[in-house]
Amino acid sequence: MAEAAVELVGVRKQFDDEVVAVDSIDLTVEDGEFFSLLGPSGCGKTTTLRMIAGFEFPTQGSIRIHGAEMGLMPPNERPVNTVFQSYALFPHMTVFENVAFGLEMQKVAKADVASRVRRVLDQVQLAQRADARPSQLSGGMQQRVALARALVNEPEVLLLDEPLGALDLKLRQNMQYELKDLQSRVGITFIYVTHDQEEALTMSDRIGVMSHGRLLQVGDSEEIYENPKSRFVADFIGDINIIDAEVKGPGVALLSNGREVSIPAGHPPSGSLALALRPERLALHRRGDTAGSGRNEMQARVTRRTYYGDVFYYDVDAGLGDMLEVKEENRPEVGRHDVGDEVVVSWSIEAANLVTE
Amino acid sequence: MEASVTLDLEQAATKAESKRGFRIGLPAYVYLVLFFAFPLVLVLVYSFASRSATGLTVLRNWNVDSYERIFTTPLVLEIFGRSVLIALATTAICLLVSYPFAYYIATSSPRVRNILLVLVMIPFWSNFLVRTYAWRVLLGSDGVISQISQALGGEPVRVLFTISAVLIGLVYGFLPFMVLPLYAAIERLDWDLVEAARDLYANGWTAFRRVTLPLSMPGVVAGSILVFIPSVGAYVTPAILGGARTVFLGDYIVSQFLAARNWPFGSALSFVIMFVMLLATMFYFRVGAKTL
Amino acid sequence: MSARGSSRVGKILGFNAVLVYIFLYAPIALLVVFSFNDNRNVAIWTEPSLRWYGQILQDAAVMNALRNSLVVALISTIVSTVVGTMLAISLERFRYRGRGVLDGLAYLPIIIPDVTMAVMLLIFFFQAFGLLDSLTGISLTNGLHTIILAHIAFNISFVAVVVRARIAQFDKALEEVAADLYATRWQTFWKVTFPLILPGVAGGALLALTLSLDDVVVTQFVSGAGSTTLPVYVFGLVRRGVTPLINAVSVVMLLASMILIALSLGLQRGRSGRAADEVVEPASMFERVT
Repeated sequence: MAEAAVELVGVRKQFDDEVVAVDSIDLTVEDGEFFSLLGPSGCGKTTTLRMIAGFEFPTQGSIRIHGAEMGLMPPNERPVNTVFQSYALFPHMTVFENVAFGLEMQKVAKADVASRVRRVLDQVQLAQRADARPSQLSGGMQQRVALARALVNEPEVLLLDEPLGALDLKLRQNMQYELKDLQSRVGITFIYVTHDQEEALTMSDRIGVMSHGRLLQVGDSEEIYENPKSRFVADFIGDINIIDAEVKGPGVALLSNGREVSIPAGHPPSGSLALALRPERLALHRRGDTAGSGRNEMQARVTRRTYYGDVFYYDVDAGLGDMLEVKEENRPEVGRHDVGDEVVVSWSIEAANLVTE
Repeated sequence: MEASVTLDLEQAATKAESKRGFRIGLPAYVYLVLFFAFPLVLVLVYSFASRSATGLTVLRNWNVDSYERIFTTPLVLEIFGRSVLIALATTAICLLVSYPFAYYIATSSPRVRNILLVLVMIPFWSNFLVRTYAWRVLLGSDGVISQISQALGGEPVRVLFTISAVLIGLVYGFLPFMVLPLYAAIERLDWDLVEAARDLYANGWTAFRRVTLPLSMPGVVAGSILVFIPSVGAYVTPAILGGARTVFLGDYIVSQFLAARNWPFGSALSFVIMFVMLLATMFYFRVGAKTL
Repeated sequence: MSARGSSRVGKILGFNAVLVYIFLYAPIALLVVFSFNDNRNVAIWTEPSLRWYGQILQDAAVMNALRNSLVVALISTIVSTVVGTMLAISLERFRYRGRGVLDGLAYLPIIIPDVTMAVMLLIFFFQAFGLLDSLTGISLTNGLHTIILAHIAFNISFVAVVVRARIAQFDKALEEVAADLYATRWQTFWKVTFPLILPGVAGGALLALTLSLDDVVVTQFVSGAGSTTLPVYVFGLVRRGVTPLINAVSVVMLLASMILIALSLGLQRGRSGRAADEVVEPASMFERVT
């Protein structure tokens, strides 16, 4: 088993003004994987990345890269490279000079520098702009130069700090695909920081969700999406319905609208918890139709319908206080409902994620 | 093999970084303390000293005679008042002239703007003494302006060696100091804000008064300070254009050291004028901060 | 330009601008014209002549003063630019105890009136030399060395203000990324930081040079016999009366400033980016203050 690319043990960062940016996290990033740190702004993901890079030192804890303890090593001695959010391209150098910079600092022979730079510029399709200045390039091109400048040094780990934030949607989606493709070809471990959960879900092998300096959950995309372990993770990734409930007995819980529903096994014997249900796991039926076995049912009324082309989103009022959000495909086999309709909303018992925090 | 990080290690690293920063600034620190802070203290010390019969400064018999003289002698107060007034007048005139001027430059297209700026900078970089001297030539009773007015059938112009001449000289000398900060402040303005005001039914003048002007206030403050301060203590300009009849603070102070040989009194004057400057600076900043 | 409101307002502003430019340049222009006047009486134009310029070269006092000015300006500019730049970097990029004090101290020479500065240094050198004499028997007097020390004292702050403005505009990420790409601090400074703050450093140097060549009061107070500078010498002459020789000297001083500017403009054009960066640089220091 290959040594873990990056290992954080008990890493904590507190700034002088008492702000705790990172509150003791433990994390292992496997060799060759595309790992994303996901969370809202201020959650500590960028600070964590910067500590791996060496721009900040942890107040406490250990950061190991392929087993080597980083300690207080400055960034220019670490075998990692960073792609900045603002790209940070040297404005007074050409594309070629920018990309060659790291190699020159490592005193690589001139001939080797030229060939390696050319090769990596080809990889990002910028070979013909080698003599341009950053100010003459578009945002997407600048981003690729930043990428090339980091990759040419063949780092053990590549750190990316929200590199696609400044690009428009279409370009961003293209670059997401290209980055993922590049990573699997080159095989370098990527640690990718983002606040865009869609980005994280589509690109990553595994995701670490952070909030308020703590690492809440680590897992692959499917795990994070299907089995969120906390309210925050459930809410942050995709859309979610969170229904508060009281445990009434084994497999039974009471909802705020007075209905009793069946819940999956493995819940605490008593107390309050919440059911986290993805909109696509809820279904709407006409009153009188059966929902099927193994499903919970409740009466509700449609209060809003939004058309997205491929799907419909329904807001339904089931007497729980908040509306429930239901996602139905726009297919002829799936029945449509209008605003004001009295309907039945149902879900498979096992589909409900139970979250206690 | 590095050790994992603990609180002490991290603090030590931060401290090392601080030390490096301090060391880089150290030459400047030492130089400024030695040749600036310390001399300043000396001036303060001298202002409480006495003067011997032969005019030498005696660092004994400490007293506040010099300060008493400043605040009770009508002549001295008159000189102070005159200098402050002319500085205020200079600042006001510079502001009134410079604001539309700076506005024009800041709202020109980038290429035109650069040329206009360079054209302002050329006088800024030119020798101050020479620029003041040029007015001495112009304003003489047989100077160019006088010749023109005589040719037009009027009197020879007798402006030289009057307060007006000093005022003209000061405005001329310090105009670029007002233009540049104003330009910088106006150029940085977010014009979207002005457009938003127009969108909300403000006419041109109101938009200017309620949006542009307040937002350019930092430039007004900076420019005012940069003109007011040298104007109060102006020495060269009054000396060349003002003549012997009207005495300004700058010359008065200088004469204590070169002619009257009353160093304690001169030191007290220097200290008071500096104090006035600091007050003025704080006042301007407060006014500027309030409008924002 | 929507910023100018109606075109009528634009025209008024433009007219005002023209007037201001005339106001700024007319006196200088007239001075230049009359320096070529053959007549002893400055204001009455007779015929063009270069005789006063010739006289400059033969006037030993003027040439001596000119030489002193150049020496003082050169040395004080170099020293204050280096020290001032270091000060700017220290204040902008680092945090340490006493930084606030240094920050305030660095601004004082700019705010202080030059008469006070002159008095301060006069007293300082007087006391210092007296102390030195009584302690070691070495007696020093004012001279070029004191003038240079004095000019450095105020120029450090001016250079620092201009360079700080430029550093503030500088993206800190560029230094971080350089370190990320294996550059040592030294390499980062020379290959990334310095080239990008160079317009600021050059602007500061140009400002220091000009302030040194301009200075009258401070120099007058700390100079000694035979160590006078050109502006102080001319100032002394002017107080005694206007002569065509002074005109010519003034024009020479003016020309020197113009050449300096032209040089900076030319230098800047060689590099990429906006022309006239150094010349316009001081404007950016006001952005900072505001």
